Amino acid sequence: MTEMRIDGRVWKFGDDVNTDLIIPGKYLEMVDPKEMAQHAMEGIDPDFPRKVRKGDIIIGGTNFGCGSSREHAPLALKYVGIDAVIAESFARIFYRNAINIGLPAFECSGIADSVSEGDRMEIDTTKGKISNKTTGEELSFVPLPEFLVEVLGDGGLVTYIRNHLNEW
Amino acid sequence: MGKTVSEKILARSSGMEEVSAGEIVKANVDVAMMPDLTTILAVNAMKAMGAERVWDREKVVIILDHVAPASTLMAATVHRDIRRFAREQGLKHLYDVESGVCHQVLPEKGHVKPGALVIGADSHTCTHGAFGAFATGVGSTDMGAILATGKTWLKVPETIKVDIEGTMPEYVAPKDLILYIIGVIGADGATYNAVEFAGSTISEMSVSGRMTLCNMAIEMGGKAGIVEPDEKTFCFLRERTDGVLSPVHTDNDADYRKTLKLEVSDLEPQVACPHKVDNVKPLSEVAGTRIDQAFIGSCTNGRLEDLRAAASILRGRKVHRDVRLLVVPSSREVYMNALDEGIIQELVKSGAMFSNPSCGACFGGHIGLLAPGEVGLTTSNRNFKGRQGSPEADVYLASPAVTAASAVAGTITDPREMG
Repeated sequence: MTEMRIDGRVWKFGDDVNTDLIIPGKYLEMVDPKEMAQHAMEGIDPDFPRKVRKGDIIIGGTNFGCGSSREHAPLALKYVGIDAVIAESFARIFYRNAINIGLPAFECSGIADSVSEGDRMEIDTTKGKISNKTTGEELSFVPLPEFLVEVLGDGGLVTYIRNHLNEW
Repeated sequence: MGKTVSEKILARSSGMEEVSAGEIVKANVDVAMMPDLTTILAVNAMKAMGAERVWDREKVVIILDHVAPASTLMAATVHRDIRRFAREQGLKHLYDVESGVCHQVLPEKGHVKPGALVIGADSHTCTHGAFGAFATGVGSTDMGAILATGKTWLKVPETIKVDIEGTMPEYVAPKDLILYIIGVIGADGATYNAVEFAGSTISEMSVSGRMTLCNMAIEMGGKAGIVEPDEKTFCFLRERTDGVLSPVHTDNDADYRKTLKLEVSDLEPQVACPHKVDNVKPLSEVAGTRIDQAFIGSCTNGRLEDLRAAASILRGRKVHRDVRLLVVPSSREVYMNALDEGIIQELVKSGAMFSNPSCGACFGGHIGLLAPGEVGLTTSNRNFKGRQGSPEADVYLASPAVTAASAVAGTITDPREMG
């Protein structure tokens, strides 16, 4: 199993953060993720791409990523520098897309109430542990199934399928 | 224990005797559908995976609908590249910008069959459950893997059954029913689940109405919406499909996560209020809200039945001088039929403007945007902040009849009170 540690600064968002907020429909003609990144979270905070630093972490509430199937949403977050999204729960298509493009996404019950914006936290993806280094609080989550860990370890589904094309 | 229609379809498509909710299966895809704005990312993924050609050039369907016709150079380039890809690959089914919204065109052109596994690179692919298919939306990388291999992995969903009895009152439509259901279940109440619509109300409902219900399953997190196929389904499909129809039905003792029982004889028109689809209220609670724009169209409500409902309200009336009414038929076939019936002439005479079939007005694309401070009433499926233009605009969702009545009155209005 690929071991992965993520250490970053927290940006906090609420419940039902939909894909139109993450990247509005007018940018769907884009095919370059670096361009998409310039509009990450534009529906909530148009300055987000200028404020975020590489390695930051997004914390969401319930139903994060609801709405459309646009892969532009996780791509914009990944290419703006976000290293992981942790939420109380995810909408199905966003969750799948995030793993598929190599953006770690974890469901962690209680996360929304236990962190504040700007907190520093460390995620041990293998053990399913989150440490809030600002408050000292620790939380646990169910680690990803082995198959998805492999996909993430490959950096996403593209490399995974390339490595396993004959088995499919 | 018996099986749901979804479990049976996923068993067949994964070559298993039977499967149960919670299992992960590797399933063979019967139809892989892509609209314009997600195709290039999927094609890039397919090529990066090491595949030069799609697995089956007859099973891939591309529909240029979101920005149709292209309004920017970027969209024109996307369309050009898709046309080149389709030609190089020898794809059998490319529907160009004149055709219509993918979820309308796909069944109209006979690509959806009962019992089939339909995967689309668009979240409203759940629409096709209206024909007894298992249909769900994925992102572009998943679609890239399907283009390369013809297969995808799926978790077999649990099913929520919505059992609906009674005859809906006049001017109360399938849209009111699905908004009501979303209000009850919530925006994430059906996450990972299939939502099966059943009961006498569904048996009596047109194929068009069933599409409206299944279309919005995603708005409660659903992986699929589904209706068991019946004579109405076959009647719609018979002249459109050349292949064999292999309908699948739910067993009487199938296992449901839960069952929601509804009686709809007294259902009121419903409205989803800003900025969440599950913020649903009876129309009476928001009646009188001023509107600037009304939009009738989309994969949710742009079919002939919807345009007829609008025309029945607008006939002999005028759109309010402070309201823009935009009508977009959801496909060329709908457009032609509406022309034949004289509906378009009536709507235009009443002050509506028409646009060619496309998704533009629904998702804040190339037509019909709202300015800051404006209020839009729409028959489409999402009222998210910024969905139809400015994040400072308000969007309300309603049925075609409510939207037409409100366009005349200038405020959100119950069509039954038009007098």
